[in-house]
Amino acid sequence: MRLLFGSCFALILAAAIGLGATWLTITRGVAFGSLTIGAWTAWPKSGSVDIDPYARATIARTGELPLGTGDGVAFYARTDDAGNHFDGRCTFIISGVTPAARYWTLTLYDPDGHLVANTIDRHGFTSAEILRDIEGRFTIAVAPRARPGNWLPTGGIERYILVWRLYDTPIGVATRTAKEAPMPAIARKACS
Amino acid sequence: MIRPLLWLLGAILLGGIVHLSTVLVMPRAATQDAYARLVPLTPVNAMVPLAAPTAENAIMPLMDPAFAAAVCRYDLSDGAIKLNAPLSQAYTSVTFYTRNSVAYYAIDDRAAGRRAIELDLMTPEQHAQVPEGEDVTAADRLIIESPTKTGLIVLRALAPEPGLMPMARQALANAQCRLGPVQ
Repeated sequence: MRLLFGSCFALILAAAIGLGATWLTITRGVAFGSLTIGAWTAWPKSGSVDIDPYARATIARTGELPLGTGDGVAFYARTDDAGNHFDGRCTFIISGVTPAARYWTLTLYDPDGHLVANTIDRHGFTSAEILRDIEGRFTIAVAPRARPGNWLPTGGIERYILVWRLYDTPIGVATRTAKEAPMPAIARKACS
Repeated sequence: MIRPLLWLLGAILLGGIVHLSTVLVMPRAATQDAYARLVPLTPVNAMVPLAAPTAENAIMPLMDPAFAAAVCRYDLSDGAIKLNAPLSQAYTSVTFYTRNSVAYYAIDDRAAGRRAIELDLMTPEQHAQVPEGEDVTAADRLIIESPTKTGLIVLRALAPEPGLMPMARQALANAQCRLGPVQ
């Protein structure tokens, strides 16, 4: 009787631990070999055959196609430099410089990777269309209401993610430090 | 006192095994991965343009809206695939994915060098049967080996500004993906 109770308990606990850990790692997007620069994190290995099993499982669940290593690299941000979660009701300012790349794009998605509806049908910027100052620097305002200059509308949603994709870039698996890949800074301003 | 602890330890070990095996099985068990999403939308061994992602509708999550994309869902059972993709003016890339969405090869227009990306895709067995000496690999054509029989070739062309999207789409419209012997 005790044996039966013990083994049942152990099996149920094992299933809960195992499936719970799988669920947590796959929904949180755990993967090895990440490259974090400021608020931005990339997983360069996810675009190659060296992709780890966790990233493989995550991609199978979400249904996305990762950016191939020979194509480019994608950096993801969920918070600003101070760790504040992106909130579509606040204004976040992105400024600074970008790593060497032939082109880059910045795109705003909801946490599930869908584009966010907004009045001007703008979901991001490319390096070619961004407005720059005389010295070539740029400032992007990610905000719920229209702003002069580079305005990226949030649609007022509560949580969103930003994805910075660099195309034809030397940044990749071998990149280690922010010196090689200076990513733009993100700072929170007023909330409405 | 020691016995419950042993049960607990056993449960944790077994839980670890359950965790690792579910993670490994996940890619095979997934019913909504990229390939499965494209099956109803794309014929086999033909290049088809993909609808641009919008807020209401996107074939896959995390598609880059600045790009026009086309996909060739390939099956190498009947022979090798020939891919011919003319380049758009801005930036064009080709990425090869296995059945389970692993990007095993990617090349952009600059690496391809010329006015079109031309590639032969085949299984390692088919590659082994390509007669040697005949300079099939001689710079002219690039041969890519697919680790799986089926998979996806995704062609992407950048529209640097929203107004240039028709141009990017036009460049992709002329791309070809078909069965064909290696000459």
